[in-house]
Amino acid sequence: MNDLSRRAVLAGLTGSAALAAFSAPALALTEDQAVAFVRDMAADIEKTINSGRSEAQMYQAFEKLMNKYADMDVIARFALGPAARSASSSELSSYSAAFRGYLSKKYGARFREFIGGDIEVRGARTDKRAVIVSARAKPKGQAAVAVDFHVSDRSGKVFNVILEGVNLLTTERTEITSLLDQQGGSLSKLTAELNRRG
Amino acid sequence: MAFVPVLYYVFQSAKNRLRCNVKPIQDGDVRPSIARKLKFTSWLPVSALVLLGVAGCTTGNPAGPGEFNDPYEQTNRRIHNFNKAVDRSLYRPVSNTYGTVLPQPVRRGVDNFSEFTDLPRRIVNDLLQGKVEDALHNGFRFATNATFGLLGILDPATDLGIESRDADFGETLHVWGVGEGAYLAVPFFGPSTQRDLAGDIVDLVTNPLAYVLTPPESYYPPSSTVGEYAGYRYTYRETLNDVLDNSADSYATSRVVYLDARRFELGMSSSGDAEDGGVLDPYEELYGE
Repeated sequence: MNDLSRRAVLAGLTGSAALAAFSAPALALTEDQAVAFVRDMAADIEKTINSGRSEAQMYQAFEKLMNKYADMDVIARFALGPAARSASSSELSSYSAAFRGYLSKKYGARFREFIGGDIEVRGARTDKRAVIVSARAKPKGQAAVAVDFHVSDRSGKVFNVILEGVNLLTTERTEITSLLDQQGGSLSKLTAELNRRG
Repeated sequence: MAFVPVLYYVFQSAKNRLRCNVKPIQDGDVRPSIARKLKFTSWLPVSALVLLGVAGCTTGNPAGPGEFNDPYEQTNRRIHNFNKAVDRSLYRPVSNTYGTVLPQPVRRGVDNFSEFTDLPRRIVNDLLQGKVEDALHNGFRFATNATFGLLGILDPATDLGIESRDADFGETLHVWGVGEGAYLAVPFFGPSTQRDLAGDIVDLVTNPLAYVLTPPESYYPPSSTVGEYAGYRYTYRETLNDVLDNSADSYATSRVVYLDARRFELGMSSSGDAEDGGVLDPYEELYGE
């Protein structure tokens, strides 16, 4: 996937015109912009956690924050794996909507353990088409953990979060493809299941 | 006796590097005299394995995020289910009692003591890995907590900036160039790999403290380690229960989480410096083809 020679071949095949069209909407994200973006997000998350709202309200707030700061369509489609290719666009969009609810509830529950915690941005580096913002999160009374936020220069949003090496994209792909298997490979059944969980 | 599986594994891994062209681990400066030595004696592992009748590239070294090598999946899954049952009937209730009965400062003291008594083992591994700075760091940490920390029950070292730095024999094998090997579910202990299991077995005998202490003092370090595990299970119970109870496939989730976390620990993970395990780019997969 990240193989250089393969990309070189691809570039040769698709031609420079197609490539230019593909990279046209690039935002040329700077590291400072990415850091500011992650800081805003961390502040918003902390505000929500410490707002003292009810659980249900908090999950809704998290879903809004995720839509604002994370590229949820890309995360949802990646998590679906190869099945995303054969799905119709209406199937995909209802799946994606269900995925948002599911994910905000799942991670909302984790965030709640974070009450009184602290996120400190440590630095940033550019890797191909992403800026990696490194932070340390310190839950109250627990050891600090390393968290990286990958901000895309295509969408300007977060597309992966890595907690002590465990990344959101592959963890969710593992989960969603297993769920899809359990639903007999049916995307509509998977969507219903995610709605039930969300 | 514990060295038998390790030697076997070192051989197996060397064979794979020779025959399957598995990329060696990048570790820059601390690169391995052992791996080089194994290359010179390459006939030895190959013939040993031919004798043992082991074939195939079962112990490659997939380093990309989410990639895994799991040829024993059937058996592993059975062990995983067994471990889940053990967790539910034993570890969970015991750790809940432990966490509820002992107040947090006491649990903290147990964790500190367990880590303190583990430091000599870490120093040995630091040295085996050629990491002199880490060895000195951990030595200083040991001395500080032994004196000002009431024999390790308190941890003034961390406040002085001498933070905890882990090292184990699985890591030492990694630094020496041994590949990760197959993913394993180990009865009672959970996720591991061939290399890490070999490392854990060796680490049973690499702590110099064990040779210095006599009963009853020699019982304290292992007891505190059991306490530390119980405390860990208690502290992270919500996350751990969520993975075990609510995952669509708790085996697959445990596997991906263990491997990614371990590779990160060894400095070769998703945001690390593995050759092809760099940054996962979903845009390229979804829109780039």
